[in-house]
Amino acid sequence: MTALRLPSDRWHLAEVGFWLTPVACFFLFPGYHVLGSQILIVGLFALSLDIIMGYTGIVSLGHAAFFGIGAYTAGLLAKHGWGEPFSGLLFAMLVSALFGFLTSFLVVRGQELVRLMVTLGIGLLVFEGANKAAFITGGVDGLIGVTMWKIFGVFRFDFRGYNGYLYTLGVVFAVFLLVRRIIHSPFGLRLRGVRESRARMPMIGASVRRIEVSVFTFSAGVAGIAGGLLAQTTQFVGLDTLSFARSAELLIILVFGGRGHLYGGLIGAAVYMLARDWLAGLNPTYWQFWLGLLLVLMVLVARGGIMDGLALIQRRLNRPAAA
Amino acid sequence: MTIALRTEGLSKQWGALKANSDITLSFPVGARHAIIGPNGAGKTTFINLLTGALAPSSGEILLGEERVTTLPPHQRVKRGMTRTFQVTTLFPGLSVLESVVMAVCEREGRGGIWWKTVARCREEADEAMAILAPLRLQDQANTLTRALPYGKQRLLEIALALASRPKILLLDEPAAGIPSGESTEVFEVIARLPADVTILFIEHDMDLVFRFAERITVLVGGRVLTEGTPAEVAADARVRQVYLGETAHD
Repeated sequence: MTALRLPSDRWHLAEVGFWLTPVACFFLFPGYHVLGSQILIVGLFALSLDIIMGYTGIVSLGHAAFFGIGAYTAGLLAKHGWGEPFSGLLFAMLVSALFGFLTSFLVVRGQELVRLMVTLGIGLLVFEGANKAAFITGGVDGLIGVTMWKIFGVFRFDFRGYNGYLYTLGVVFAVFLLVRRIIHSPFGLRLRGVRESRARMPMIGASVRRIEVSVFTFSAGVAGIAGGLLAQTTQFVGLDTLSFARSAELLIILVFGGRGHLYGGLIGAAVYMLARDWLAGLNPTYWQFWLGLLLVLMVLVARGGIMDGLALIQRRLNRPAAA
Repeated sequence: MTIALRTEGLSKQWGALKANSDITLSFPVGARHAIIGPNGAGKTTFINLLTGALAPSSGEILLGEERVTTLPPHQRVKRGMTRTFQVTTLFPGLSVLESVVMAVCEREGRGGIWWKTVARCREEADEAMAILAPLRLQDQANTLTRALPYGKQRLLEIALALASRPKILLLDEPAAGIPSGESTEVFEVIARLPADVTILFIEHDMDLVFRFAERITVLVGGRVLTEGTPAEVAADARVRQVYLGETAHD
């Protein structure tokens, strides 16, 4: 009998290579640690969207709400006297997850269009809420005075972002490991079950609603960690962390990278942000033209994003060997 | 004779359309019961009411002694009643094995486990293979469901239902779309199921109905026209008139 193939979390060589890249970048590009941290943070944020969109099939246009809530939670905590980074992140995750849990009941009700509108609406509400509550959030001026304590009481968040980069990489990798394990577990399987057939799931005894509520909560928590990381490493929180533009950009990044492969968000974030950095360097006012063109071509030619493209190349390469 | 499933005055209407009217039936444990009737007779509506996909306008559904009329669908599955779908409703992007392992995990209440990988769920995988083997699906265990030939997909429909270890199995045209030669194979699989499983099935092919059913209910226009043994139903003049005469094979 042939070997049974079931989701396992055995490491692929390409995955090891993938995670060695940011470590190598730390040494190779000393001037780019701030950009590197941002890429990792947005990559983690995109991973949080992948959990609901790529794996479970829940679309969202307002995921920045959870990112921003995490950012403000961590930022406010540090501003008002608790600058310990890890507990700050934990708190950011819990607050975002709680908010995700409460809003999930609105999201799980409808079909795709309803969900797009509900998530969009939640995003706008939170944005305007933070704008109005300027006495807490700093409003359009942003939250300043975020003072971080040393990491492990030893490493300072330095101006060039050395330690911040390593801190971000460590946290992103740890959260990624957790997400990766969950995706390959029975719970991860049931997420894909919901994506593949919402009609069949109840008939194997699973409550689609409960699954969606739990995964939405989890995803919001991961987005909150990403937001918290941004607040801590930049020691500033702007209203843009909650903006619709950020939610939309996130969607672009995930579609670029490819949904439902774990790595799509991280790769998409790297490609998108490096391309933006480069294009904006060429022409600061014109870069969105190239971004738009790339997006249209992407959706026309390679709808599955970079990850699907890579998988296709790998299959082509494997075929002669298998035959 | 213990009753596995019972309905009392079950009705469903949309506006003026009465899809099911006042259906009172009971099915003893181990029944092999066919539900037949012309198109639009309300057969699938009846199944949808039983499983909870639709809420009845009036009437009651009882599993054993328990009233389940208002329970959500997945709770009814947990109490031992599941179904297959007339229009194949599987998990296209999951492999055959993944689908069945998932169904086994859900039945065992282990679907929420997140700290251990599916590959480490050896018991569930073994059980899934034991379900697939008699359906001759074990060689396609690693195949993606969407890549499976149609006939095999119909068997997977049954495999997924069996993974819930149902006490009551509702089969909505299990052989729909399969050439008549092969549809016998599907029903032979069904005939080999444990004797204490109560089976209700909708089927258009009268040969299959008369071979496999011990009792038959005839639905016409959402109402029960008659119920009886195959011989009684075959002899019923009204049944001949409204059903057997006009659409013996749909």
